[in-house]
Amino acid sequence: MSKLKLATVWLDGCSGCHMSFLDMDERLLELAEVVDVVYSPIVDTKVFPDEVDITLVEGAVASVDDEKKIKKIREHSKMLVAMGDCAVTGNVPAMRNPIGPEAILNRAYIENVSAQPQIPCVVVPKLLRVVRPIHEFVKVDVFLPGCPPSADTFHTALTALVKSGPLDIPALTRFGA
Amino acid sequence: MSQTITIDPVTRLEGHGKITIQLNDKGEVEDAHFHVTQVRGFERFSEGRPFYEMPSLMARICGICPVSHLIASAKACEAIMSVRIPHTAAQLRRMLNLAQMVQSHALSFFYLASPDLLLGMEADVKVRNILGVAAAKPELGRAGVGLRRFGQSIIELLGDKRVHPGWVVPGGVTEPLSSEKRDKILAMIPEAYANTGVALGAYKQIADTFKQEIEVFANFPSNYLSLINEDESIEFTDGALRLVDEGGKIIEDGMTAARFPEVIGEAVEPYSYTKFAYYKPLGYPDGSYRVGPLARLNIVKTMGTAKAEKELAEFKGLAAGLVTSSFHYHHARLVEILYGIEKIEEILSDPRILDKHVRATAGVNRLEGTGQAEAPRGVLHHHYKVDEDGKMTWANLVIATGQNNKAMNLGVLQAAKHYVKDGKFTEGMLNRVEAVVRTFDPCLSCSSHAAGQMPLLLELVASDGDVVDRVVRD
Ligand code: SF4
Repeated sequence: MSKLKLATVWLDGCSGCHMSFLDMDERLLELAEVVDVVYSPIVDTKVFPDEVDITLVEGAVASVDDEKKIKKIREHSKMLVAMGDCAVTGNVPAMRNPIGPEAILNRAYIENVSAQPQIPCVVVPKLLRVVRPIHEFVKVDVFLPGCPPSADTFHTALTALVKSGPLDIPALTRFGA
Repeated sequence: MSQTITIDPVTRLEGHGKITIQLNDKGEVEDAHFHVTQVRGFERFSEGRPFYEMPSLMARICGICPVSHLIASAKACEAIMSVRIPHTAAQLRRMLNLAQMVQSHALSFFYLASPDLLLGMEADVKVRNILGVAAAKPELGRAGVGLRRFGQSIIELLGDKRVHPGWVVPGGVTEPLSSEKRDKILAMIPEAYANTGVALGAYKQIADTFKQEIEVFANFPSNYLSLINEDESIEFTDGALRLVDEGGKIIEDGMTAARFPEVIGEAVEPYSYTKFAYYKPLGYPDGSYRVGPLARLNIVKTMGTAKAEKELAEFKGLAAGLVTSSFHYHHARLVEILYGIEKIEEILSDPRILDKHVRATAGVNRLEGTGQAEAPRGVLHHHYKVDEDGKMTWANLVIATGQNNKAMNLGVLQAAKHYVKDGKFTEGMLNRVEAVVRTFDPCLSCSSHAAGQMPLLLELVASDGDVVDRVVRD
């Protein structure tokens, strides 16, 4: 049997969910015997592959780049997993929503600096007005809440997904876990 | 016609970054930039929230070094409360910060950098990752996983959670250490020493084969900033800051968190969401400096622990004066891992570590507070203002990656000039340009509290700035 293709993507999150994924430790090496990690911040592929079996997405959709990415990812992924509270609800990144991007950018790049105040605009992507969870842009197949979900949760869930076995998420994790 | 080489995303990096390299019409490198492409807004959306919530909120800036944010934030809160935390609480937090330093350095060295170091800068992109390392060099792969697990397990034992533990609070920590937990940590130490020995041995064997990289990976004189103790030993959690110039001469010493905002400023460049910190009296960009493992080992005179002390002497022997190549960040990281394990062992050997007094309580006694700590990748500074009710009215954060930003950009340019000739380059050459950034172990998640992505693409840009051709690398 050929190995399943696994991707992990980092949108607007703190990387804590990726860290918790790596916290599978030796179990991650075992998992690598049955899946190929084809795209992830920890591997060198630069372009999202055409066909991925399972994609884990950390973070909310906060910039125009994030929005483009999540749509492309959906198109090329058989199963899309919202990994962690930021992807599931918007969580911390969405705390800027009542304030709006202008005030956020002004505070960081104009008010709180002592030289060359300006809003960065070269190469860097524009922020969306409102940060939203990924299911508001594309269909999500599995929601895995937690801030972050624990390594055990990742291991149990991924093992079930790889084997296409039953997956009882409320028994594993919850919002803020 | 000028060209821009874009590396997007820079991979094996903690966060969203892009590199662009501008070539002139003769194909020579004219300029190069490292762009951070994410913005989060913590400095603004914390406003109106209770200050005591800040440690757990601010920790969500970064899942790799949440502990440093917890500590710097708690300290800023303690300045607002005007309390001194119990000795045992300070020692427990010191241990937590060291555990995080070990796990984060293990992540940087093994998971992110070692594929370049152990498999080669030109290795097949499909295997040039930690899983490739684990397959080709199982002993090293397992050492890396083991060291990261060591740090994360201590964090979990102390704080109940590996990522975003809630144990550090303004005033100290929520729960004392039990003797069972202490014994569990002590039992993990021999394996951690063994794994560090494997890593140091392997690194020293291969370091010599990277002479060219050492020469051009952000190799230039600079100022350095780090925490240090009064006895000139290395410090991650308390102590005060020392800034030295490129010759090692002290420019500022005994810099407390309260003094930091007076002397350290931040500048903005249009191409990055990460700001550029600098020493105000020297202005921007002359006042730029480096932080992190290289800065710490250049500044301190002693590690204060026996095994790491020997390694420090060897490290300082790498250069006649200060060690200037950022390639040596990798070596410095391994020395610090060794120190971290020794220091954790030392902290646990003091019976007072089990003391039950671990939290001071107080309300708002000052309307402004600052806190600083070393994150694995360099100094971190939190500055808060509150109203009489303890609601946040203002916040500013200066993180490690912002302080290394200028050096990273200059380093990318230095390497690009060396490896890209006549407009020609290979994947391996561009990987080296990325590898320069990896030496700094920048945390783009942190730096974008107020951070981007990149497939490798080559753009031909006409003189009017129009992109006339694009090649995307897979
Ligand atoms: S859910 Fe929590 S751990 Fe995961 S990215 Fe968001 S803040 Fe970080």
